[in-house]
Amino acid sequence: MKLKLDKKELASFLQSLIDRSDLYAPVKLAEGVSVYKKIERSEEVDLTLLNPQKPMKEVFLPQSEVMFRYEKVGKQNQISSMEEVKRERVIFGARPCDIEAIALIDEAYLGKECTDVYFLNKRQATTVIGMACNHPLSTCFCLSTGGGPFVRKGSDLFFIDLGEAYLVELLTEKGRAFREEKFFKEADPKDLALAKEIEEKASEKVDSSIPVEGIEKKLDVMMESPFWDQIHEKCIGCGVCTYLCPTCHCFDITDEGLRDCGQRIRNWDSCLSTLYSQETSGHNPRPTGRERTRQRVMHKFNYFPKNFNRIACVGCGRCILYCPVNFDIRQAIKDIQKG
Amino acid sequence: MIQQKIREIARELLTKKEVDLIIGFGEGTLPLRATPVFIRTPEEADRLIWNSFCDNNLATYLHKFSRFKVGLVVKGCDARAVTALALEKRFKPDQLILIGVPCQRMVDRKKVKKAVKGEILQAHEEADILFIRGDGFETQLRREDFLYTSCQVCTHRTPTQTNVLAGEPVEEHPLLKTHPEVNEFEKKSPEERWKFFEKETSRCIRCYACREACPMCYCTECFVDSSKPKWIGKGLAPSDLEFYHMVRAYHQTGRCSACGACERACPMEIRLTYLTQKLNQEVKERFDFEAGIDRDAPPPLSTFETEDKQEFIK
Repeated sequence: MKLKLDKKELASFLQSLIDRSDLYAPVKLAEGVSVYKKIERSEEVDLTLLNPQKPMKEVFLPQSEVMFRYEKVGKQNQISSMEEVKRERVIFGARPCDIEAIALIDEAYLGKECTDVYFLNKRQATTVIGMACNHPLSTCFCLSTGGGPFVRKGSDLFFIDLGEAYLVELLTEKGRAFREEKFFKEADPKDLALAKEIEEKASEKVDSSIPVEGIEKKLDVMMESPFWDQIHEKCIGCGVCTYLCPTCHCFDITDEGLRDCGQRIRNWDSCLSTLYSQETSGHNPRPTGRERTRQRVMHKFNYFPKNFNRIACVGCGRCILYCPVNFDIRQAIKDIQKG
Repeated sequence: MIQQKIREIARELLTKKEVDLIIGFGEGTLPLRATPVFIRTPEEADRLIWNSFCDNNLATYLHKFSRFKVGLVVKGCDARAVTALALEKRFKPDQLILIGVPCQRMVDRKKVKKAVKGEILQAHEEADILFIRGDGFETQLRREDFLYTSCQVCTHRTPTQTNVLAGEPVEEHPLLKTHPEVNEFEKKSPEERWKFFEKETSRCIRCYACREACPMCYCTECFVDSSKPKWIGKGLAPSDLEFYHMVRAYHQTGRCSACGACERACPMEIRLTYLTQKLNQEVKERFDFEAGIDRDAPPPLSTFETEDKQEFIK
C-alpha cells in the first residue's frame, strides 16, 4: 500500500514523532551549513541542503560519545555505562547514500568479530525515514557505487517529494507500524506515476561512470607504487574528508577527569592525521602523507572489500565538495584503474 | 597574460634545473575552483593556470617540501607568509624561488553559490565578469561583488621579496578601508562578542583544516595533539572548541599574513578572519608592524627588548 503525506501536515507529523520519540533530522546551523541534530520543534527541520555537511552516521556514532562515567563515593567506585538508549528514535530526511553507509558500518560494528553495543543499541532503537534525492548534485556518484538516488534499502519508511505532498512507502516492520498514521492518506495512481517520473529524471543526473569495478584487485599490487608519491602531495592532512565521510568509522578513546570522577569518551579519529598511527615509542608506521593517503584509499577500496565484499564508498561526494585543496576521489579512482 | 608568464617562468626554472619542482595552481575538478599542482618537468608547465579561483596559500606546502628546491607561485599574502616563515628560519634562503603574481583579488565561491539558485555546473571569468551556468539557469555576475573579504581589505596585493614577478605590480588600494566583520565585532559589548565567538566555534568539528591550510601553523606537535601534558579535551565540549580557536588566533598574532586560508578551508563555514584580522589591527596600531613585509623585522610578540619603544608596555 502506498500512502502520501500532504506537506501542510508535515509539521504536525514531525511534532507527533517528537512527542513519541527522539527525532533526528537536518538542522541549519548557518547559511549553507547543516547537521543532523535532535529536534525540539518541528520548524527546526531544514531540508534545503541535499546532504548536511556532517553525515547521518553521527546519530549512531556521535563524533564525541561518553562511554561511561566514574565517581568515587566514599570508598566505593561507581561506574555508570552510557550504552543504554532510553527512548525510541526516528531519523527523518536521510538520503539513500547516508543510509547505505550505515549498513556498511554495520559490517564492522555488528559483524562476526565484535559487536559495538553503543552502536547496536542506537541501531535497534531507530526507525529510519529515508528521503529520495530529486535533485542529485554533479558530485554525486552513488549509481557508480551500487546505490542510487531512490534506493530504498535500509529505510523503514521512504519519502518521495512530489511537490505538494510526499509519497510514503512503508518498507519494513518498523515502517509498517506507521500503517495507521493519521497524517497519511492513500496515494492515487497519479502520485505513483509522478514519483516514477521524478525517479527516472533524478537517476539520469547521477554519474554512473566512475569505474569502481575491480578496483580492489588493482590495488592489491599497488602497495609500493609510485602512484602514492604523487597523489598525496596536495593533501594538507586535515580531517575533512574522513569526518564528513558517511562510511568512515574510526574512533579514538580518551579518559577525561580527575581522580574521584570522570568519564571515558570516544571521538572520531582520522587516518589522515599524524597522531592516528603514532605509537607510544614515538615511532610512526605511517610517517608521511604518502602512507596516510594510501591508507585512506586502501581502506575504502581494498581492505574493506576484502573483509566485507563491497567498497567503503557510497558516492555522496562530500569529500569532493569540502576538500580545502580539491582532492577528488573520482579522479583517484580513475587513475588507479588506469594502472 | 599572467598565466602564460607563469608557465614560461616555470618552464625555464625547470629546464635550467634551478628548482626540483614548481608548486602552483592547476585546473580544479569543480566549477570556481583551482587546485594545487606540483610540476617537475618543463613539459608539464602548461598545466599551470592563473585565475580568480587560485585561493589557496601554497606556502603551507613549504613544510612538506623542506628538502627540495621549490619554485613557489605566490600572491601578495602568500609572499608575506613566506617572509614571515623565513624570519622564523623555516628554510634556507637559497632553497626557494618565489614566482610572484600581482593579485587581482580572489573570488569567494561560497558567496557565488549563495547568490544563485541551484547547483553551479560551469563557471569561467572574462575580465570582470563571472559567467555562471547551472542546472537550468545561466547568469553573469560582477566579479567585484563576490570577492573574499580578506581580499577586499588587502593592501599588499603585489608580492614582495620575490625572485620574479609574473605581471605588472598593481596599485595598492583597498576596496574596503576596514574589515566589515572586525568593525561589527568591535561594536559589540564584551558579552555580545563572546556570544558571537561561541556561536561560530560551536560548529567546529575539529578537522583542523584551518590549522593545516595555514602556512604559519607548523609546530611539530600542536598543543591540541599533546597528551603530556594534555592541554585540552579531545571532544566537542564548547570550552574545548573555544579554547582551540582562541589559542590558534593568538598564536598567529604578529605572524598572520591575512591570507584568509583558514576561513576558506573550513567546511563548516566558521568565521575566523574577524579574529585574526582584529589581532592584526591591534599589532599594527600598537607596534606599527605587519607580518611578512620587512624581512629583517621580527614579529613583535616573539622578541624581547629591555628598552621597549611602546609606551603601553612600560
